[in-house]
Amino acid sequence: MPQDLKPSGGDTRTVSPPLPPPATAGPPRSAWRQRLNRLDVRLSPYLYISPFFVLFLLVGMFPLAYTAWVSVHDWSLIGGKGDFVGLENFREVLDNPYFGKQLVNTVSIFLLSSGPQVVIAVTLAALLDTHLRARTWWRMSILLPFVVSPVAVAIIFGSLYGDRYGLINELIGHLGISPIQWHTDRFASHVAIASMVNWRWTGYNALIFLAAMQAVPRDLYESASIDGAGRVRQFFSITLPMIRPTMVFVIITSTIGGLQIFAEPRLFDQTATHSGGSDRQFGTITMLVYDFGWQLRDLGRASATAWLLFLVICAFAIVNYLLIRRLGALGEES
Amino acid sequence: MNRRPGFLVYGLLTAFVLGSAAPLYWSFLLGSHTKEVAAQGVPPLLPGGHFWSNAERAIETIPFWKALANSMIVSTVTACSVVFFCTLAGYAFAKLRFRGRGPLLVFVIATMAVPTQLGVVPLFILMAEFGWAGSIWSVIVPWLVTAFGVFFMRQYLLDAVPDELIEAARMDGCSQIRVFWHVALPAARPAAAILWLFTFMQVWTDFFWPLIALPHGNPTIQVALNQLQSGFFKDYSLVLAGTTLATIPLLVLFIVAGRQLVAGIMQGAVKG
Repeated sequence: MPQDLKPSGGDTRTVSPPLPPPATAGPPRSAWRQRLNRLDVRLSPYLYISPFFVLFLLVGMFPLAYTAWVSVHDWSLIGGKGDFVGLENFREVLDNPYFGKQLVNTVSIFLLSSGPQVVIAVTLAALLDTHLRARTWWRMSILLPFVVSPVAVAIIFGSLYGDRYGLINELIGHLGISPIQWHTDRFASHVAIASMVNWRWTGYNALIFLAAMQAVPRDLYESASIDGAGRVRQFFSITLPMIRPTMVFVIITSTIGGLQIFAEPRLFDQTATHSGGSDRQFGTITMLVYDFGWQLRDLGRASATAWLLFLVICAFAIVNYLLIRRLGALGEES
Repeated sequence: MNRRPGFLVYGLLTAFVLGSAAPLYWSFLLGSHTKEVAAQGVPPLLPGGHFWSNAERAIETIPFWKALANSMIVSTVTACSVVFFCTLAGYAFAKLRFRGRGPLLVFVIATMAVPTQLGVVPLFILMAEFGWAGSIWSVIVPWLVTAFGVFFMRQYLLDAVPDELIEAARMDGCSQIRVFWHVALPAARPAAAILWLFTFMQVWTDFFWPLIALPHGNPTIQVALNQLQSGFFKDYSLVLAGTTLATIPLLVLFIVAGRQLVAGIMQGAVKG
């Protein structure tokens, strides 16, 4: 606690509310000013954090919790709340063949985008963690895709992956490979969508890894090279273990974000329904939330789907955490 | 890895940068050719000179300028709001002592990982209750504060404002709010700039919630691009000219503030 100091009572300029400025008149050490000062010290912190908490509870936490309430009711987009139906919405969603299919799609796209992305980003960071000329320019350049919105990325890549006349099929045609049906073949569509995510995020994550690499004490490398370790050996024995906490962080954040993927698959679909391909080859869970709620106008089922996705994300986070702890027990703790 | 990089390192980096830029060039390239040329898959390598006529067609087919204005308003208002409220809360968590500070901070950190996007259904109901259905207020309000913003500002202010400085100002009889205003805010400026940039970008590129919340005639730029793509996907020159045009504002931001973006990411600005 800052002690209650004797106010010197010099300054009389008023400042912006919400708190009374130092009182103007009155002899110093007046009990009244002391009390005011104490009140200021005690109440100010709560005043400063309250806008955040009030707003966040209202538009962040409350909707998430209220989703559970909506999910146990018949609730139409038009008619509003109907009867209490218990877990009926959940049963309907789980019985829907598309739920399982779109869950598999979501996880598949996520794995295809995270795995390669981490490997490439770490490699890129290692390349940047050298005595480059024009360092800032390189760092900025790899970040370029990050300022392109997922919607724009999906439109641009959608044209590159055109089934009949796309550039990619043209190029592989020159290599003697027959055209790939990017919009109809399930696995191919996942690869295409994952490539959009990778294009946008790899440079970003490389900079996060670079920051971690720069925090590695340089004398570790020096002593390693005195011991005769080559650069590759140094990378695997020093750099990688030292940046593991950062890798954990990147993997967990990309899990939370990646499992909610929506814009890329939705815009990759060029059919009229936008539900993720002719037979939902690349529809995701968030797309299903949208379809239930705003195509079928059934907010009850949309909420149930959102809750199920929330549980899936939690499960993934826990699995991530356990895996990392196991790996941590094997490696040395940093 | 502390050696002069050789030809191989520069070569690999150059390849990566070219790969980063290529799709954007492709977008501009197809957008600059006629519909017929763009439909053939592999256009000439050089722009065709029809970019503005294609862009004009795109602007006519969607409410482009309205969407751009909406995105500008939403992103600017939310970025300013996040910076102000999160700096205020971050300062309290970093520098003031109060009962419950620890648990409340743990709550903030825990909610950073909460996928709030999954609350869209009640949010939709809530916005209708407030009478904001279909107006850009419904897109602004959910973004007025972010848990990440509070955490980010707290981490920065912990070291940026020396406790002695606060003590000295208090000794001079400054009220708490004056200390915040004259001591903490000036010190917070670099981090505030970064937070502003990231919030602006996040809100600008957001798609799921605006698609739900906004009607056809009052979109943000991302929702407008979605309309363009779904209506005219066979006309690549039109769609990609519009997409390129819509990407320009953030490219300008990137050119102006790319350094700060790099600095922000390396200081730990995470995905929202």
